[in-house]
Amino acid sequence: MNTIVVAQLQRQFQDYMVSLYQQGYLDNQFTELRKLQDEGSPDFVAEVVSLFFDDCAKLINDMSISLERPDHVDFKQVDSGVHQLKGSSSSVGARRVKNVCIAFKECCDVQNREGCLRCLQQVDYEYKMLKTKLQDLFNLEQQILQAGGTIPQVDIN
Amino acid sequence: MAEVLLPRKMEMANDPSKFGSPDLLHVLAVDDSHVDRKFIERLLRVSSCKVTVVDSATRALQYLGLDVEVKSVGFEDLKVNLIMTDYSMPGMTGYELLKKIKESSAFREVPVVIMSSENILPRIDRCLEEGAEDFLLKPVKLSDVKRLRDSLMKVEDLSFTKSTQKRELETENVYSFDSPVQSQLKRTKI
Repeated sequence: MNTIVVAQLQRQFQDYMVSLYQQGYLDNQFTELRKLQDEGSPDFVAEVVSLFFDDCAKLINDMSISLERPDHVDFKQVDSGVHQLKGSSSSVGARRVKNVCIAFKECCDVQNREGCLRCLQQVDYEYKMLKTKLQDLFNLEQQILQAGGTIPQVDIN
Repeated sequence: MAEVLLPRKMEMANDPSKFGSPDLLHVLAVDDSHVDRKFIERLLRVSSCKVTVVDSATRALQYLGLDVEVKSVGFEDLKVNLIMTDYSMPGMTGYELLKKIKESSAFREVPVVIMSSENILPRIDRCLEEGAEDFLLKPVKLSDVKRLRDSLMKVEDLSFTKSTQKRELETENVYSFDSPVQSQLKRTKI
């Protein structure tokens, strides 16, 4: 094991993780998820976020259909979609996605189609952004493990 | 007073089915969100619980054998120590599920915990009034689960101990009519 390489990768991982929190992509709930991961369940976090991203894609698609026709918007369906999206983003610590959902719900409550469409676009952007970021994070993890190192515990404070 | 070892008392100690293993609480978790199901399942496993997860209230009732008018065979042995259900679910809500469970003779004693992402006071009150053991705000914390598990295990131990004590006292009542201790036993209320 090349200890220098491992140390560098670990440092990279740590810095990247901290930046994700500082930039508001992740919140404390993500930390809680990581705590639940261990040698017995080494892919737990990756699996949960994967489910989350699948959820996002599906819910966003359904909502876009509901919002498509200006004269015929099913706000009830959109509200339900936002509620689910907010819930699951909250469960995985996807802070930016969750925050868009809060604004999204407000637009839905007043039946503002334009506002909803903007929020829909934003939530789509945010989840895809987070997906890329987390993929980079997981890749770093893999590199550390392949180099024979261990994933550091990152203290976010 | 003669020492009498009663067969009933021995059965009690050797009969595990009534109280289940004190280390392994069996929790039935109900949530329509795939993400939340995965999450709560992990929380419960990490807390040394046996977990069954279903995606709707209807499926929960099916699992418990409460979905049919006539009681099915084979559910008498089903031991569920705790039911944790999401509040907002399509079809039947967690609140409606709570009511159905409390209406059933088989499962009304099983504690039911409601989980919700929304902190709505009237909702919480309604659930507690209907007999919910607790109301947890999502995302549920590991500490919430640990707290629940600990309090449930105390209850199980306590009721086991109380039952054993009660049987001992009943026994003594039967076998020692003129014992000076008898009046003392009568005062003791279990």
